[in-house]
Amino acid sequence: MTELASATDQTATLNGIIESHRHLEGPLLPILHSIQQVYGFIPDPAVILMAEQLQLSRAEVHGVISFYHFFRTTPPGKNTLQICRAESCQSMGSRALEQQIKQRLKVDYHQTTADGEITLEPVYCLGNCACSPSIRVNDQIHGRINMDRFEDVLDELLTVAVEVKL
Amino acid sequence: MSIKVYISRDTTAVSLGADKIVAELERQNENIEIIRNGSRGLFWLEPMVEVDTAKGRVAYGPVQKHDVESLLASSFLQGASQHELYLGLTEEIPYLAKQQRVTFSRVGVIDPVSLDDYRAHGGLTGLEKAIELSSQQIVDEVKDSGLRGRGGAAFPTGIKWQTVLNAVSPKKYIVCNADEGDSGTFADRMLMEGDPFCLIEGMIIAGLAVGADQGYIYLREEYPVAHQIFNEAIEVAIAAKLLGSNVLGTGRAFNLEVRLGAGAYICGEETSLLESLEGKRGMVRAKPPLPAIVGLFGKPTVVNNVLSLASIPDILANGASQYQGYGVGRSRGTLAFQLAGNIKYGGLVELAFGPTLKTLLEDFGGGTRSGRPMRSVQVGGPLGAYLPQEQWDTSLDYEAFTAIGAVLGHGGVVAFDDSVDMAEQARFSMEFCAIESCGKCTPCRIGSTRGVEVIDRICNNEQREENLELLEELCDTMINTSLCAMGGMTPFPVQSALQHFPEDFNKQANSVTEAAEHA
Repeated sequence: MTELASATDQTATLNGIIESHRHLEGPLLPILHSIQQVYGFIPDPAVILMAEQLQLSRAEVHGVISFYHFFRTTPPGKNTLQICRAESCQSMGSRALEQQIKQRLKVDYHQTTADGEITLEPVYCLGNCACSPSIRVNDQIHGRINMDRFEDVLDELLTVAVEVKL
Repeated sequence: MSIKVYISRDTTAVSLGADKIVAELERQNENIEIIRNGSRGLFWLEPMVEVDTAKGRVAYGPVQKHDVESLLASSFLQGASQHELYLGLTEEIPYLAKQQRVTFSRVGVIDPVSLDDYRAHGGLTGLEKAIELSSQQIVDEVKDSGLRGRGGAAFPTGIKWQTVLNAVSPKKYIVCNADEGDSGTFADRMLMEGDPFCLIEGMIIAGLAVGADQGYIYLREEYPVAHQIFNEAIEVAIAAKLLGSNVLGTGRAFNLEVRLGAGAYICGEETSLLESLEGKRGMVRAKPPLPAIVGLFGKPTVVNNVLSLASIPDILANGASQYQGYGVGRSRGTLAFQLAGNIKYGGLVELAFGPTLKTLLEDFGGGTRSGRPMRSVQVGGPLGAYLPQEQWDTSLDYEAFTAIGAVLGHGGVVAFDDSVDMAEQARFSMEFCAIESCGKCTPCRIGSTRGVEVIDRICNNEQREENLELLEELCDTMINTSLCAMGGMTPFPVQSALQHFPEDFNKQANSVTEAAEHA
């Protein structure tokens, strides 16, 4: 019963999102962004609803979702951590840094830590190239990262998460 | 009266702790008014704190949270000079004083979301002049300025506008390409975070020039701060009737909306960007037809980079001839160079075209951040050539760079010290193309993957000569048969690395040498 109720809730939420963007020219990307902002990913039922309401095939909607690196179809961890892999950061040692961060978190790219706290993703440039290497944690960008600074970022992130739980 | 203190809300300043300085200052002293401006682009000094004094703004930086107490104790709020972080008057810092700030004249100076501040610093003068002109007169002014597209392709902006003006259609669009994906570039971001009204004004003028009433800014998702600030500015502009159905009471309409990209580098290519705006996969379109004739939703569309559009208000306000007065040859005006990577003084350097790359790297950049010798410099983003020291005397203008097989692109300059492995860089260029290719044309989609494999074989000394020849052929095919610059230019960094740094493409030989050195 609860599951059914939550499924109905989800449909209502999704329909609401789609409806509020339908007047836009080329509404699909804004809808996808909005859905991902609410759920952290694009749930399967959303594909069917978007296809129906925008008069697209499910294949077309799926094709758009799969084209863009940013959209995901599985839930992420509580936080998303992106490491910049582009040239400017490479020149400041990001290749070594990404290995160290992967070892520290015990995950590879596109994976989530065992405690569900952090999903690791690559990113190609955060526009912070005068202060490389850079990482992004959710919407916060951090420059001149080394492992010491990374530990500080991690501490701050995980401490805040605990406070929220209380 | 409280003392005015400026602390940037720009991505880089915040990435180095600017918000913490604000919180700490507010906690320790209540008698100050903190203005969150853009950044001056002196990024090695961020977080920089500026204090408004009778003599002008006095700067301190880079400031960390623990410095706040000693700064306050040293009466820095009166502009005192005894603190070790004292930098003097901001405008007199040589890095800034030596620049020609035209497009970036207000960035880091004004409160980015205050329209009053914008007006007080010359904002909207260009639009007010444009309102008095006919569409053709505006386009002529842009043509006369010599402005060329700042996104990288350097196509004359006025000619593009003329094509859209000439196209007959009830609906036309202005699209701003803010998908600044090149590594080593951040000028679009800085402008949007530091002077968003300048871009808004440029887009309105473009609308008046070609007869478009709708603008879109395609902004990359990786720029959350720019997204926030720009949307704030749009709200202010709508409330002030700068945007909407009756722009400044002229009876002309112009509406503006920001659309977010979704992590696809290829969407910086204009036709791919248009597909994405239409809600599709970002697949590159074949040209012709040009977007100026068949663009967004099939309508005539101006697609310009942020800096091209942000150069427009100044051109209208001060006249085409003034802008045209900067630069050399066919490269007129200024370019916002971005010093990035392994560089001591990284930041934004707006200069008239013409000085040498060396001036930029040494006089402004101050050499590498690591302190080791600089070995290679990539100019113009991931599709730009790697330049060895012999080429650093090249003049910074479009033609001089083309002449050496390089590109200025969007003005990004990424420095590498002597620890760089150029074979690894070449391999990454191909790898990046394989990850980011839209997949529409074979040379780009398949060529990039084969490129990675061939470079690996060369480095491992497997049939070296044959594979070197194969790589040359592959590069040649990609350059000549790809649909767009992604596949067509990916070989530039590869070929330049191979040409100038061949010694890096031999792992076995290198490991033998290293072993011998260690023995």
